[in-house]
Amino acid sequence: MADNNYKNEFGFFAERPKVEKKFYDRKKVIAGLVIFLALVTLPLWPNLGKTIPAPQRQLDTPVIQKMAEKDRQCLMPTEWMRANHMQMLVDWRDTVVRSQEQGAPSVREFVTPDGRKYLASLTNTCMDCHSNKVQFCDQCHNYAAVVPNCWGCHLETGKKLAEAK
Amino acid sequence: MLEKALVGTKRYYGLLAILAGIFALGFLFYLKQLQFGLGITGMGRDVSWGLYIAQFTYLVGVAASAVMVVLPYYLHNYKAFGRVTILGEFLAVAAVSMCVTFVLVDMGRPDRVLNVFKYPTPNSVMFWDIIVLNGYLLLNILIGWNVLECERHDVPPPKWLKPFIYISIPWAVSIHTVTAFLYAGLPGRGYWLTAIMAPRFLSSAFAAGPALLTLLCLIVRKYTKFDPGKEQIQTLGKIVTYATLINVFFFFCEIFTVFYSQIPDHMLHFQYLFAGIGDKARLVPFMWFSIVGMITAALLLVNPGFRQNETTLAALCGLVIVTTWLDKGLGLMTGGFVPNPLEKVTEYWPTMPEAIITLGVWAMGFLILTLLYKVAVSIKEEIRS
Amino acid sequence: MGIDRREFIRIAGLSTLLGLGGKGAFELLRPGQVEAAMEPAPGALEGKRWAMVVNMQKLDDATASKCAEACHRVHNVPDFHSPKDPKDALDPAVINRYEIKWLWAEHFHNAFPGEEQEMPEKIKALPFLLLCNHCNNPPCVRVCPTKATFRRDDGIVMMDMHRCIGCRFCMAGCPYAARSFNWRDPRPFVKDVFPGYPTREIGVVEKCTFCAERLAQGLMPACVEASRGALVFGDLLDEKSKVRETLKKYFTIRRKTHLGTNPQVYYIV
Repeated sequence: MADNNYKNEFGFFAERPKVEKKFYDRKKVIAGLVIFLALVTLPLWPNLGKTIPAPQRQLDTPVIQKMAEKDRQCLMPTEWMRANHMQMLVDWRDTVVRSQEQGAPSVREFVTPDGRKYLASLTNTCMDCHSNKVQFCDQCHNYAAVVPNCWGCHLETGKKLAEAK
Repeated sequence: MLEKALVGTKRYYGLLAILAGIFALGFLFYLKQLQFGLGITGMGRDVSWGLYIAQFTYLVGVAASAVMVVLPYYLHNYKAFGRVTILGEFLAVAAVSMCVTFVLVDMGRPDRVLNVFKYPTPNSVMFWDIIVLNGYLLLNILIGWNVLECERHDVPPPKWLKPFIYISIPWAVSIHTVTAFLYAGLPGRGYWLTAIMAPRFLSSAFAAGPALLTLLCLIVRKYTKFDPGKEQIQTLGKIVTYATLINVFFFFCEIFTVFYSQIPDHMLHFQYLFAGIGDKARLVPFMWFSIVGMITAALLLVNPGFRQNETTLAALCGLVIVTTWLDKGLGLMTGGFVPNPLEKVTEYWPTMPEAIITLGVWAMGFLILTLLYKVAVSIKEEIRS
Repeated sequence: MGIDRREFIRIAGLSTLLGLGGKGAFELLRPGQVEAAMEPAPGALEGKRWAMVVNMQKLDDATASKCAEACHRVHNVPDFHSPKDPKDALDPAVINRYEIKWLWAEHFHNAFPGEEQEMPEKIKALPFLLLCNHCNNPPCVRVCPTKATFRRDDGIVMMDMHRCIGCRFCMAGCPYAARSFNWRDPRPFVKDVFPGYPTREIGVVEKCTFCAERLAQGLMPACVEASRGALVFGDLLDEKSKVRETLKKYFTIRRKTHLGTNPQVYYIV
């Protein structure tokens, strides 16, 4: 037990020599921990004491207002959309761009479970109704600090609305 | 063993500080590149690979040269190299880290680098290049670290390490070959479409790498208490000599094939590099310096008198490094892209931000090299005392 | 405690790996696919081997420019000669480097380098329209490490801008200099944004895609529509297509056929 070779071939959980417990460099370690905690919580400091209002998504775009009350439905039910719109867009992206990679025909249209057909396009379908990105999409995205990188390439105003202007 | 890298002389800390400073500067410019795009470099539609990929190509060569010290020692029991294998392996680690960093710095979308692993494409040489490079990095870290640690405790290396050491030998040849295949399989680039691309890469690697290793050994002898050994340095010198001679020979083989066959498409690239096309002749002086310098270095190195005098050996190794760098680092890339497939000439010259980022990555590599060499040298000093 | 430094680092490393790996496994195995069908748009054009014939006998400088403009307009290709904000104006050498072109014109000795024979002055001055040849044996597809550029079953060599990592290996591999890279943000140089197609971001490669998005909606490629008959587009494997008829009627040449890429853009000189 007082042997120097206290490691077995796995190097751990072998008989260990008894070492006196002592907290070395106490002041430096505690100072370091305090600085570390301060740095790690740095993003929270500017917002101390402020209340951030809940996101308020506006649906009062011209295209939506033009529709009758009963026709105002998105491609999928609201709850489903809220949870899965990103997954749906990624699926659209992979299918529209790459469906022909595996020999499937080139697909462009999305068919909802109740049979409505829409062009699978963020700019030309989604943004057609939801043409108010700042009052709709950005409301929840900003609140949740989500930065979708679609907008670097994909435009915010689709064909129909641009031609209407 | 890393604790050895944390203590040293004031000169050591000074060196680390300078290298870290250059690295930090390069990093700041890299942030600008991330924000603006690769357009801050001198690359363009016609010359779409430039200084970064050229450095990557050159450093792959330097990395593979570790095999030149590992092979004689482990396969042929050349005991003398026992002292320097660790230096070769750590040089390989530093060089491969620089290679990987240069590839990352050159990518348009580094945030998507994991796509290469998410969507593996075995028909793409670049896919294999990434695999073999990372594999070689891991191999050298594993082997170097374990052998050094065993040496420190005066025990023989563990048996399971031997297969890895043996694998690292063909693996070193493969990192080269795969990198050469990046160029040699492209039908549209006449300058690169030659079977001798991989052999040329190997020969210039085995010239440049051991030359750098010789210089590093001389520096280690001068500034530390560890002497790599006169015989070891002489053998490295002989390797540099023959590799440089073979490299020059391969170059002449290319010149013959291209100019005797008189195929205009292939001749134009050599013409641009060595004579210029019209008034576009920016690289001509560099290419002539490179080839004349390489021939001079090779012929002088053959003379044992010049090799045995360590001052002239160091100077000639430096010349070999510079000339192979000009050949591979500047000539290879630009020669392949100029003239472009439409036979138009767009010249390439790196911009200031590009040069600073490049220096930053080199500084990072030398920083890693310094830290690792400090560990190795300190352990060697410790054993010998 | 009695744990030494090496042990601590070993356990910390393993926990990190397990944590990260666990998260990754969770992502992979989690359910949640879109449960609805996708189908082709009505009127989509289907082909087995799309090809194009460029009839140089019907092409002049004005028409060639119109074709290139049409292509670049409907795809939001930036024009570095004319920035939206005059302050962004660039040096000519820089414009030459950043230039993005999907379809453009060159003279014979650039379009077909190496063919140095005597020919009528008229042919020397013709604007040969160059674009991606959508080769049957494309070297660019062979070298792409992520399959961001891939050959579709209908012959079109497609670009997936979402997957491209910007390594530019495909640009090195193309023997026709058909590909361009986004060396900087293109949006300040896109004067009239066409809303039917996205722009691109920095760091991805782009090229002609034979207007795959237009074909899927039953439209001809933009350049073909603007060419007033000089460009013929169709399915090479369809006996009755215009492209087959044209190829049966006229002798055509293709660019750099000796390289084995099997390009699918034919030129009637």
